[in-house]
Amino acid sequence: MLRRSAMLGVRLLGREWKSGELGILLIALIVAVGALTGVGFLVNRISQSVALQANEVLAADLRLESGAAAPEEAYITEAKNRGLRTARSTSVLSVVFRDERNQLANVRAVSEEYPLRGTVGVANAAFGAPVAVGRGPARGEVWPDSKLLAALDVAVGDTLSVGAGTFRVTRVLITRPDQGGGFGELAPSMLMHADDLPSTRLLQPGSRATHAVLFAGERGAVVRFKAWLDKNKKRGQRLLDVSEASPQIQNAIDRAGRFLSLASLVAVLLCAIAIAMAARRYVQRHLDSVALLKTVGATRGFTLSMSLVQLCIIAIVAALIGSGVGYLAQEWLLRALEGLLRANLPPPDWLPLGLGFLTAIALLAGFALPPLLQLSRVPAIRVLRRDMEPPPPVVWLAFGPAIAAVVFLVWWVVRDARLFAGFIGGLAVFTAILALAGWAMVRLAGSTRGSVGVSWRYGIANLSRRRAESVVQIVAFGLGIMVLLLLAVVRNDLLTDWRRSLPENLPNFFFINIPPDERMAFFDFLDERGASRSRALPMIRARLTQLNGQPIEKIQFVDPRGEGYSRRDQNITWQADLGDDNQIVAGRWWTPAEHGRPLVSISDEYQQGLGLKVGDRMTFDIAGEVIEAEVASVRKIKWDSFQPNFFVVFPPGLLDELAGTWMTSAYFKPGDGRVISDLVRRFPSVSVFDLDDLLSQVRSVVDKAAMAVQSVFVFTLFAGLVVLLAAVQASRDERRYESAMLRTLGASRGTVARGIVAEFSALGLLSGLLAATGASIAGYFLAKQILQVSYSFDPLLWLFGLLGGGALVAASGWLATRSVLKQPPASTLRSG
Amino acid sequence: MTKDIVLEARELSKEVSSPEGRLAIVQKVSFSVHAGESAAIVGASGAGKSTLLALLAGLDTPSDGKVLLAGEDLTTLDEDGRARLRAERVGFVFQSFHLVPALTALENVMLPLELAGRSDAKAAALEALDRVGLRERVGHYPRQLSGGEQQRVAIARAFVVRPAVLFADEPTGNLDTVTGARIADLLFDLNTRSGTTLVLVTHDRALAARCNRVWVMEAGRLAQG
Repeated sequence: MLRRSAMLGVRLLGREWKSGELGILLIALIVAVGALTGVGFLVNRISQSVALQANEVLAADLRLESGAAAPEEAYITEAKNRGLRTARSTSVLSVVFRDERNQLANVRAVSEEYPLRGTVGVANAAFGAPVAVGRGPARGEVWPDSKLLAALDVAVGDTLSVGAGTFRVTRVLITRPDQGGGFGELAPSMLMHADDLPSTRLLQPGSRATHAVLFAGERGAVVRFKAWLDKNKKRGQRLLDVSEASPQIQNAIDRAGRFLSLASLVAVLLCAIAIAMAARRYVQRHLDSVALLKTVGATRGFTLSMSLVQLCIIAIVAALIGSGVGYLAQEWLLRALEGLLRANLPPPDWLPLGLGFLTAIALLAGFALPPLLQLSRVPAIRVLRRDMEPPPPVVWLAFGPAIAAVVFLVWWVVRDARLFAGFIGGLAVFTAILALAGWAMVRLAGSTRGSVGVSWRYGIANLSRRRAESVVQIVAFGLGIMVLLLLAVVRNDLLTDWRRSLPENLPNFFFINIPPDERMAFFDFLDERGASRSRALPMIRARLTQLNGQPIEKIQFVDPRGEGYSRRDQNITWQADLGDDNQIVAGRWWTPAEHGRPLVSISDEYQQGLGLKVGDRMTFDIAGEVIEAEVASVRKIKWDSFQPNFFVVFPPGLLDELAGTWMTSAYFKPGDGRVISDLVRRFPSVSVFDLDDLLSQVRSVVDKAAMAVQSVFVFTLFAGLVVLLAAVQASRDERRYESAMLRTLGASRGTVARGIVAEFSALGLLSGLLAATGASIAGYFLAKQILQVSYSFDPLLWLFGLLGGGALVAASGWLATRSVLKQPPASTLRSG
Repeated sequence: MTKDIVLEARELSKEVSSPEGRLAIVQKVSFSVHAGESAAIVGASGAGKSTLLALLAGLDTPSDGKVLLAGEDLTTLDEDGRARLRAERVGFVFQSFHLVPALTALENVMLPLELAGRSDAKAAALEALDRVGLRERVGHYPRQLSGGEQQRVAIARAFVVRPAVLFADEPTGNLDTVTGARIADLLFDLNTRSGTTLVLVTHDRALAARCNRVWVMEAGRLAQG
């Protein structure tokens, strides 16, 4: 039976395709899948690009570091076997000589393949504009950085001695991809070739060197290799990937990721609405055929399996065409937006295609299968009595699959319990409110029929008569308009907030190791040269020795970060004010009366890593003095403020006597290279840390995220319009018949047309009103809770919601039903 | 003698609920039709003719009483069982033709054969279309055929399964007088030649008069005409 029903299903489907019967369902599904995979491909490519660019911070995808000995050759062999590229980098602290002058520098010896990601920026003079090159220095050459050049007073062409070797300066190192955002390296640095390292004899037993092996390659292989390394690396070897490389970049990626998930969810939702409407229409149009099949002997199982076969074919065709459309759409969009991109985006992987198929199947199963099950229940007697409909469906069967499909897709896209709960909860509440409000409006409209003109009466009568359909349409339009408004609101807030968080004059230089007695002179120097200076904080190194009286060596940390925090020396500070880039998430900030008390405030990363809570006691060894302090508060730090910030902060008055050095950050106009050279000469002990490159990396990530947001907005807008058209199409047959009836009774085309416009305007106005309310509330929630940006209430939202909703729905309604008026009444009445 | 009875109704009733309470559409109808006979049920609109036809063909279930079709009690069969019986033993001709618009004339006629799993569906359908004079138009879709031609396709579809009983609901109701008369000729001619039992529902007394037996339906009750 299955074979016969499948064959008949295929044949009927083919005929229906030729006669245009399937058009709406298929097009709705294609557009839905197209929008979703388009977003998917785009998001996929942009997040790959973001990840790649973020990997430039490591100069690789993965980095294995070790303090003691160089990581074994076995790792490199394994990586190469897996098709990954590798490079080596060894850094050692050494004194660099130029005649009688000398300076402590971080000498970094890199192999031929370095860097695996990103480029090295070099110039021909200190603090010059960098030119990107894809390699390190050749053998016999060194590239010292501007600070080292300034300190030793050398220029390109001179020679420098390191250990037992002598090398020629051929370029000035301006940026390295792996210079990072932390403060690990305060000394000036210099690049040399790895093969030259043995001749310097710098590496002796016990010398303080850091050895790193860099890995890069195709994403899947990198992920698998990372898992292998995690298992096989030795104690003391540290594995780094982008998530640990730079908190600033990670912040930008997190925000972008959250917003993009949110935006693709909107597309998911719109797809579902379009499918449900198209499926309803498909079923309505096939009641007669199925009744006839049953009359001539088809069983319910036969008609059902026939419908299922058809559904599967539609799903496959729609997924294929839709994915193609999605791919082309994002390709076109990327071309149109090419100027915004710094480099070509990597090609997408095939994941979105899978998403396309899964989406088509889930949407059809959730939204088309229930009406199709109904279709198989149509009684055979319908061939004699047209008014016979299938029995009403069981509630769970009608809505269960739809709810399951939405929950499945939303979870799949979001994968975050809080966002998922917020979205699903909000959706359920908003749908219920829309349904209630829609029902109330339809009733209210019914009561105004007597007091309006004939066109409006006809339009409103239509709303009242098709009460259930009207409520469904109000819910659909309302949701569609709401998500579009919401997207606009959140997008603006997000972009504004991003711009605000990365202003043009963000500090681009950090100054560390400022001696306390020179600090006033140093600040004056900065101020005189027009730099805009941020807060200055004292800084001293401390080592954590005990937690709640227990020696730190005896504590096992679950979080690998905790292991790191507990072993490394930590830079700490003390300050009276919290600063607007810090937010207390637990406990409270100290009052002036508490200054001098043994309290400590820690960052949330630090708190999570060490598994601490407010009230815990921490013991530090600070310059030989043991200080025990109680955790008074936990702070969330906005790292992308680029102001001095510390994991561990004490109140003033406790450590003042120990004061080591000071630090601050400042903004200099690009090209102020001479000022920095002067500064290095005047304050030789101050370490200068150039953030310009890191900042432009962060800006570029934010730019890409903003571009993604805007393009997703275009996709979603398109999907929203298709939903509106699908909704209007659903009632088209009925409208055609009514229009013919009215015109037979003497109504002019204009009267019928005005009636249609009146009906859709009323639908659109109410949907728009409800959507604006919903978008305001949801926007506030999203901005505050999920995206953590400030929210500003916008009255334009209501204007756009009401007028835009009314006009959009009226126009779509008019466009879709226009042809109804063109047909002569007689032909419609005969065929109806 | 019972062997010859191909369709029998025993105390058949159908009630539905309406705003005015229970409404009896068919009331205690009993009759039988022998193999090869033609029978007409006539009556005014709303007399319950179509409901009776639906009950006899197993398209609807009675509130009371039973229907025996080709020796099987329809009231003991479920929906799928009745569908299978229809596929094997019953043909239909409707007032509004009821062809599947997406299928050609040939495919419409093949449909019941394919449902019954017949491998010679195409040959049998072509022969049936030949018998109704539509050999030349087998590849046409319903919308490309006139009303009379569509009804011929419907007749071919009804006879192609060689049914024990053929039910016809106002078969000429949607056609002009001349075409209606030709369709009626075709129907009776095929009925005679294939030995099928014909049960006809109509308000056209002239058409009814061509049947062996005529019953009149009035307010749900049946009387010998």
